[in-house]
Amino acid sequence: MPPMTGNWKLESQRKTYGKTLVELGKTRKDIVVLDADLSSSTQTAMFAQVFPERFFNCGIAEANMMDTAAGMAASGKTVFASTFAVFGTGRCYDQIRQSIAYPKLNVKIVLSHAGITVGGDGASHQIVEDIALMRVLPNMTVIVPADAPETAKVIMKIAENKSPTFVRLGRTDVPTITASEDAFEIGRAPILREGADITLVGTGIMVSRCLLAAEELKKHKIDARVINMSTIKPLDEKVIVKAARETGAMVTAEEHSILEGLGSAVAMTLGENASIPMRRVGIPDTFGESGDCEELMAKYGLTAENIVEAAHEVLSRKK
Amino acid sequence: MKLRNAFVQIADTANVGLSAGGIRLDLVNADEINEMTEKARRIRQHIIKMTNAAGSGHPGGSLSAVEILTCVYFKIMKHDPKNPGWPERDRFILSKGHAAPALYAVLAEAGYLPVEELMTLRKLGCRLQGHPSMKTTPGVEMSTGSLGHGLAVANGMALAAKLDRRLNRIYVLCGDGEMDVGEVWESAMLAAHFKLDNVTMYLDRNMLQLDGPTEKIMSIEPIADKWKAFGWYVQEVDGHNMREIIAATHRAKETHGKPSVIICHTMKGKGVSFMEGVLNFHGKAPNNEECAKALEELGACRQ
Repeated sequence: MPPMTGNWKLESQRKTYGKTLVELGKTRKDIVVLDADLSSSTQTAMFAQVFPERFFNCGIAEANMMDTAAGMAASGKTVFASTFAVFGTGRCYDQIRQSIAYPKLNVKIVLSHAGITVGGDGASHQIVEDIALMRVLPNMTVIVPADAPETAKVIMKIAENKSPTFVRLGRTDVPTITASEDAFEIGRAPILREGADITLVGTGIMVSRCLLAAEELKKHKIDARVINMSTIKPLDEKVIVKAARETGAMVTAEEHSILEGLGSAVAMTLGENASIPMRRVGIPDTFGESGDCEELMAKYGLTAENIVEAAHEVLSRKK
Repeated sequence: MKLRNAFVQIADTANVGLSAGGIRLDLVNADEINEMTEKARRIRQHIIKMTNAAGSGHPGGSLSAVEILTCVYFKIMKHDPKNPGWPERDRFILSKGHAAPALYAVLAEAGYLPVEELMTLRKLGCRLQGHPSMKTTPGVEMSTGSLGHGLAVANGMALAAKLDRRLNRIYVLCGDGEMDVGEVWESAMLAAHFKLDNVTMYLDRNMLQLDGPTEKIMSIEPIADKWKAFGWYVQEVDGHNMREIIAATHRAKETHGKPSVIICHTMKGKGVSFMEGVLNFHGKAPNNEECAKALEELGACRQ
């Protein structure tokens, strides 16, 4: 059987981020953008080109960038700080904790190249624990957009509030599964497909794979509900508990370590509110390696087939 | 004393009233200096009382910074204690957040806090957290405590001020132990790169960090040369001489195109004989007996 890939249009979340920043910058003079020598990769270079006076390249000094961002936010700016996810969380965790999360400052940490879909760069650049790091910080909102249109909506939406926020983007182009007119609300997870037998909860690139898995399960007369959990924190517990009660089985899917990401958050919610059989699809507790993006997704268990397999296993335990 | 030689020039010119560059150094009259000296004395008393009441805290590095903070809040900065959010205000960041008792005492003397509140330091539910928190304490511009962050934050504020075409100045106080932190040098580069001449950094050079003398734990000398090499305008003063601090700050303000650092040679535990230069009082509060003795000394030196 050929791997399930779907027929969606592929679009770049990073380019969408860059374009959206430019749009925002036109009306919002309070918006400033910081990068750490990766602006042509994160695509903040688009903003730099149009608004050079409001763009600050901090060089390869992420810790310094985050504190500088905090100082600008404390002076009334809405600050977007970008680099690769591996550097923007791990190299400057203390700065984010002390100067952004603790004083609750208006810094939007939008990081690209998250997860193993980074590909050839290998484990040094493939952060699989960034959601975990950011999720445990008090005051921090964590959002993983599913595709390019949702990325645009997320960026526009977070610019409206003054909360510290982490937005996780990938390097690779992702299938466009949402429509521009779909509403996005922080902390509210839309149901992309109704179903009564099992619920598949995905985030980021894995949402499209949940939809493919649901299609495959249908062939086995299994009616799967699909939820796009783009906001990891605050988690939409209502939609999870409701789905748990109505479908009685759940699979989560994320391009992140199975430790302390979406799956952990959902499992905790289920454990305390609606205990049902569940399973986490994600990267095992391990570092990645170099390889082609799709090869890596297959090797580390992040395909639609892996979700289908997990669904069957969970259903076998469903009473 | 070898280290003093470096700043003899400013000290000397201060006496004649004019620097080589023609900048007025008789910026404070005798009455003002007397008034500020009295404030500094009260601030030292507060520091002793509040750390004693809290049973923990950092008196040594608080006492070394008293004259710097007194100058900043009572002579140098444009600010309004009745309106802490005034957009045109200058800003001060205590990068060495463990000197919180000194900052709180100064804020109380300036009118941001009731003086009685100082005794709630480090108590459950209080506004005066062990290290400064901008969310709880009026007048605190940034939450600090983890070392090495303050200068970068100051740079962010300075960039914002320049973008808004405001003339606010940003002041930041760093400890000498903080010079060990790599991020300090990242921000040193950034400030010079963006020509942040609205940033003035005071370096509280009290020669001691938690584990011992700075030059024994992690040598930072030649510290003035390092800042010069990073593109900063460097001055050295006696950090307990308020005329010198004010004169150097004025000169920093007149310096265009580069940020300024004022290396303030100070004494840890300054003002209390048995605390001066004593490592143990970096992070140990005075007990009741020590507190009484310290207060007696600080009362006795009233002018």
